[in-house]
Amino acid sequence: MDATQVIFIVSAALIVVSALMVVTSRNLVHAALWLISALFGVAILYVLLEAGFLAVVQVVVYIGAIAIMFIFAVMLTRRDMLDKGPQVNASWPVALGLCLLTFVGLGFLLSRFGDKFSHLPGALPPNLDPLLALGNALVSPQAFVLPFEVASVLLLAALVGAVYVARNHK
Amino acid sequence: MDLFLTDPIKMVYDWLMQLLTGWGLPGAVANVLLILVGIVVLIIVAMTIDIMLVWLERKVVARFQGRLGPNRVGLFGLLQPIPDIIKLIIKEDITPTGADKVVFNMAPILSLASVIFLWAVIPLAATVYGADLNVGLLYLVAAGALGTLSIIMAGWASNNKYAVLGAYRQVATMLSFEIPMIAALLIPTILASSLSLKTITTAQGGVWFFWLSPLGALIFLVAAIAELGRSPFDLNEGESEIVSGYHIEYTGMKFGLFFAGELLHAFTFGAFIGILFFGGWSFFGIERIPGLGWMASSPYFGAVAVLLKGVFFYWVIMWIKYTVPRIRIDHMLAFNWKFLTPLSFVLLMVTAMVNRLLQDFANTPQWPIYVGGMFLSNILIGWITIEILRVYGRKQKAKEPVHPAAKSVAAPSAGHH
Amino acid sequence: MIPLSWYLYLAAALFSIGLFGVLARRNAIAIFLGIELMLNAVNVNLVAFWRYSSNPGLMDGQVFAIIVFAVAAAEVAVGLALVISVYRRRNTVIADEIDLMKW
Repeated sequence: MDATQVIFIVSAALIVVSALMVVTSRNLVHAALWLISALFGVAILYVLLEAGFLAVVQVVVYIGAIAIMFIFAVMLTRRDMLDKGPQVNASWPVALGLCLLTFVGLGFLLSRFGDKFSHLPGALPPNLDPLLALGNALVSPQAFVLPFEVASVLLLAALVGAVYVARNHK
Repeated sequence: MDLFLTDPIKMVYDWLMQLLTGWGLPGAVANVLLILVGIVVLIIVAMTIDIMLVWLERKVVARFQGRLGPNRVGLFGLLQPIPDIIKLIIKEDITPTGADKVVFNMAPILSLASVIFLWAVIPLAATVYGADLNVGLLYLVAAGALGTLSIIMAGWASNNKYAVLGAYRQVATMLSFEIPMIAALLIPTILASSLSLKTITTAQGGVWFFWLSPLGALIFLVAAIAELGRSPFDLNEGESEIVSGYHIEYTGMKFGLFFAGELLHAFTFGAFIGILFFGGWSFFGIERIPGLGWMASSPYFGAVAVLLKGVFFYWVIMWIKYTVPRIRIDHMLAFNWKFLTPLSFVLLMVTAMVNRLLQDFANTPQWPIYVGGMFLSNILIGWITIEILRVYGRKQKAKEPVHPAAKSVAAPSAGHH
Repeated sequence: MIPLSWYLYLAAALFSIGLFGVLARRNAIAIFLGIELMLNAVNVNLVAFWRYSSNPGLMDGQVFAIIVFAVAAAEVAVGLALVISVYRRRNTVIADEIDLMKW
């Protein structure tokens, strides 16, 4: 039981508990804050997986922008300070059954391939700088420059669309 | 003994490791324990600097306003922070009714924590730093994002209209000004080809990045002041406007945590400006003088240099705060989106292009071409911007209707000539 | 050392919890929170497979994860704008009550 395993277990517990609180919390701002805690746990996992850039981008984009958008949206769409009515809809037992089925099915699938997924990570090649390689992959024509540019156009379209949809059309 | 002079942290670590393994602890546990001790020491250093900043802030604001500042408690008032802290601790701790207790109490802690997170990456010297992340600059932005979160938590949990309004404005400001800040942070990245703060500092061994990109330093300064929530961008805390915004329901030590976090944040950004644009732990190239080489390249001298630069830029931030009046929220956002963001993107593109074109001259005897070229490109962009603003300002003024009283004032003075 | 299966089980659990949030909650914004959990589970999967692959020099997993970040941000922006716009007209964000195209 070495240090990385302890860190993994602690952050996995944090993620699962926070996710459960997200989907069962009555107060939506609390749910958004639990989401932030779950996203922070995922950032810790990225650091464990030696994807440092992704960990920092996760904090900047998800926690620093998306979660704040959620909190703003919750604050702008409250009819009063109390949340009335049940917060799960009428068919929640079906949903619970479906989710348990999904988890059991995925678990069964993973255990069928058990021997292929139980290996430990190989060491990273010593002259590999992950940040440099990621940067090269994102802008090199043989790699992923086209999806990268299309993703920026997508973000521009989403930005313009969101501003137009949410305007006051008076 | 010379390990003490060149790498004190390693010396202390080796000594304590020997001690702990001598007592029978396994190596991994001792390692984790020593890392925790290091974290606690770093936090103590940061908070000690924070306490001295309280005195510095009050003295400097007093001098700007033509008065003396605290001078009764201790010599020159140096012990003034201690009565301040005692006063904050013994104040009554009020939680408003209807406030969300957990979120209300967590907000000041998160606000101070997000600043202390930043101290993990500040390189005080070549061998004195918390962690040398290869994504150090992005880590800076990420810690700022956590600070933004704490402001929303404080504003919403206070159950108070003014708090929510102040928090909305402050978060809108901080999120908006992150974009020119990131663009300005990309400039030292391009010049040093790395996001790691230690590499950026060592890349400034030849010439400081300020000489290569003064406009970048200026944009980073302006965006940093907006991120800090200090005047002229302190819509949140204007007592005359919004009755101190999201601070309004916090009493006693919780307000003390917010206040301390704000001061330390300002000092940390001052230290970052010193590291990113003004050479970090090198002090005007004293290391290259043959006689003083050994002293000037020791970590103690480097740490003092970084802290002095931090204090100098903190003074510049305070100078701006206590001189310039507050900007209205719509002017502030227009300033960001219509002026600062396009300017920072243009600067980024021009810096990247000129850097690539003149890079062959960088480390050769013709380096003045490189430095001069980058400096002149910045001056050119600045001059073009001022010309555009001048033309725009003239057009705006021509569109304004002339006030009827102005016409009658103009006539008699024409008669005097 | 952590075997790959631990990451995959965690991603499966996170995905299922997110799925419950999407299917069982009434508030439209709470449904979005579930979608975010599912997208994060997918990202954990992608980055874990990148790290444990036989050639980590091939950055495909991380690039895919970055594209997922961008898509998630775009989707949240547009989705929340729609929810706010619907709230202005119908004064409700309960997904069950938004069931008429136009009165």
